[in-house]
Amino acid sequence: MAIREGEVQEFTLEQLKHLVSERALRGETILLNMGPQHPSTHGVLRLLVELDGETIVSVVPDIGYLHTGIEKHCEHRTYTKIIPLTDRIDYLSPMSNNLAYVMAVEKLMGVEVPLRAQYIRVILTELQRIASHLVWLGTHALDIAAMSVFLYCFREREMILDIFEMVSGQRMMVSYFRVGGLWRDVPEGFEEAVRAFLKLMPARINEYERLLKKNPLWLRRTKGVGVISPEDAIAWGVTGPSLRGSGVNYDVRKAQPYSSYDHFEFDVPLGENGDVYDRFMVRIEEMRQSLRIIDQALRRLPKGPYITPDRKVTPPPKEELAWSMEALIHHFKFWTEGFSPPPGEVYHAVESPRGEFGVYINSDGSPRPRRVHFRAPSFVNLQALPIMAKGSLVADLVAIIGSIDIVLGEVDR
Amino acid sequence: MSIQEVVEAVRARFAEALQEVIEFRGETTLVVRREALVELCRFLRDDPACRFNFLSDLCAVDYWPERPRFAVNYHLYSLPHNLRLRVKVFLEEEDPVVPTVTGIWPTANWHEREVYDLFGIRFEGHPDLRRILLPEDWEGHPLRRDHPLVIEPVQFSFSWREIDSRKPYVNE
Amino acid sequence: MGTVGNPMIAMAPGQKTGELGVAVTTLEEALEWVAAWGRTRAMWPLLFGLACCAIEMMATQASHYDLSRFGMEIMRASPRQADLMIVAGRVSRKMAPVVRRLYDQMTEPKWVIAMGDCASTGGVFNNYAIVQGVDEIIPVDVYVSGCPPRPEGLIEGILLLHEKIRKGTRSGSSR
Ligand code: SF4
Repeated sequence: MAIREGEVQEFTLEQLKHLVSERALRGETILLNMGPQHPSTHGVLRLLVELDGETIVSVVPDIGYLHTGIEKHCEHRTYTKIIPLTDRIDYLSPMSNNLAYVMAVEKLMGVEVPLRAQYIRVILTELQRIASHLVWLGTHALDIAAMSVFLYCFREREMILDIFEMVSGQRMMVSYFRVGGLWRDVPEGFEEAVRAFLKLMPARINEYERLLKKNPLWLRRTKGVGVISPEDAIAWGVTGPSLRGSGVNYDVRKAQPYSSYDHFEFDVPLGENGDVYDRFMVRIEEMRQSLRIIDQALRRLPKGPYITPDRKVTPPPKEELAWSMEALIHHFKFWTEGFSPPPGEVYHAVESPRGEFGVYINSDGSPRPRRVHFRAPSFVNLQALPIMAKGSLVADLVAIIGSIDIVLGEVDR
Repeated sequence: MSIQEVVEAVRARFAEALQEVIEFRGETTLVVRREALVELCRFLRDDPACRFNFLSDLCAVDYWPERPRFAVNYHLYSLPHNLRLRVKVFLEEEDPVVPTVTGIWPTANWHEREVYDLFGIRFEGHPDLRRILLPEDWEGHPLRRDHPLVIEPVQFSFSWREIDSRKPYVNE
Repeated sequence: MGTVGNPMIAMAPGQKTGELGVAVTTLEEALEWVAAWGRTRAMWPLLFGLACCAIEMMATQASHYDLSRFGMEIMRASPRQADLMIVAGRVSRKMAPVVRRLYDQMTEPKWVIAMGDCASTGGVFNNYAIVQGVDEIIPVDVYVSGCPPRPEGLIEGILLLHEKIRKGTRSGSSR
């Protein structure tokens, strides 16, 4: 396990026989290694590509270069202390990860969340979806050599990060949701900041669309490239915009509404051809729908508590510590020992920007989980890459990787 | 379609393979015998009453030190009926082998490789069972509960020599 | 020495040269100073993000924080064209040999910034999979703390590195 210099893992001949066609072993086709240092702007992924001229015969992804051992780490933390670890799985959408995790624990504990907290959670996760799609759009365009989009996208993303910083104190790794509600109520000025963003954003989305939608270069690089049929997509477990780009209507927010998503009106955009262009259009449209949801949630934002009064999962309020001995003891026990859910197992899925993000928790009745497993959408979507890439040109491979929007932190966990 | 009907359909077909049906927090778990797993999964996917055409997730659990030690969970989802179901198989420590379900849901491929990598559970008939996340030459299966979390302890020292002497590379 | 017709060099030893803030006495030193100055003005970082911190690195380069103000906007995908490696993110044990090889492929002179807690010390992930600090495998010049560091933090780290180069401190540790 020690690291020796230059000991980069290579495929052995035995494995190659297994992975590539026989023609490659005879030297008729070329084997090309992409990565692990950034085949495009999407992280440390390694691809073994077999090429016949410029046409891709097969792609073998090799992952694990960012394996972090988060699942093992979770077994050694109390339930509250796992929340910061979930931020770092899919680092483009920490809010969604937090949401999936805390909702799974709430399910395990049988805790009700106040409506205000649910609405704020919706607002923040939808903002996160926009932020994540902005990073995706910027880097995806950058891969296909449209530099200016990147600069525009990151400009708007800063506005969202400012809102996050306002509520949680951190730009990216927010850890804002708690089991039973939120860390604290949103500060003053939050609504105005979100409103300002809502006012500005529709025009900006139109601007991105105008930049790319009719651009002949963009169309040539994306239309008809990386096609995946609905049947294949379902069989390979693809979720999120990549699945909806193929025309399958599956969105966890609609299918199994959580955190009061059923209170809001929104559409699920669908593609038709399942190519890179359709996935692009689905995501652009999704940003608009997210704005719609945020608008409704903000208008109807109820007053009330931001965290459940259930003392099983929440520490007592600070004021109480001054006069109540029980509260002090409870506070101390809560932060040192944590709370113990009943033994059992739950699975809870949310729609993260990349697809169905599921959390499986197995509790043995102690304050630490026996097992936490994250169903990472990128991990599953990346599996479909060989199917999408087969038969296209090697230059398109980068476009296809970009279009399934993988985050390697989530692929490897 | 409701989940009860699915359970009834399974119970009618796989009376002796179905060990237990667990209801917890609105989730249904079918505990089945390993031998009937593939057949049951095929039934769940193809039967018009079930149609679980989507394998959401596949993961393993280590119950160490309890016995049987391992369990493999299959989280199924039915797109047509909008239902979720968990199928569970328990495995003994001495014989951590399950038949693969890649023939039913191709997406199980990487999930099974991951379980093999991190738990050392083998999937019989898997087309390409290699390590996926860890390097090929890694020893052990880190997600087993008897595997330590930490290889390198935290060092509370500012002396470079002291830090150096405790780093793993000194043993090379 | 000190006879070449250069106003900077013709000064008495130890005398400051006004706003440039350096004292040069020999031709050799002067050339070194010019070279160092040049290096800080056109650094080409390696396009090399590993995890979350890489997103903040991208934000640093994008419109709002605009790293090109410091002459660093060109990220090179090839290590042979780069002279600065910003290790942005956690280094897993599988990735470590690759990082080492990339570092070896960079041409001299080269510098390394460990961005974020993970790259500096392992951060929150003290476990089997993560290398406890990238300085176990390559020498590091500047550590930037934070999880992830704000873009301002990274810029501060880069300016610190510039200062280090200008002062002529040799890069690399004994390892
Ligand atoms: S320091 Fe924090 S943000 Fe940076 S890679 Fe590590 S976990 Fe991610």
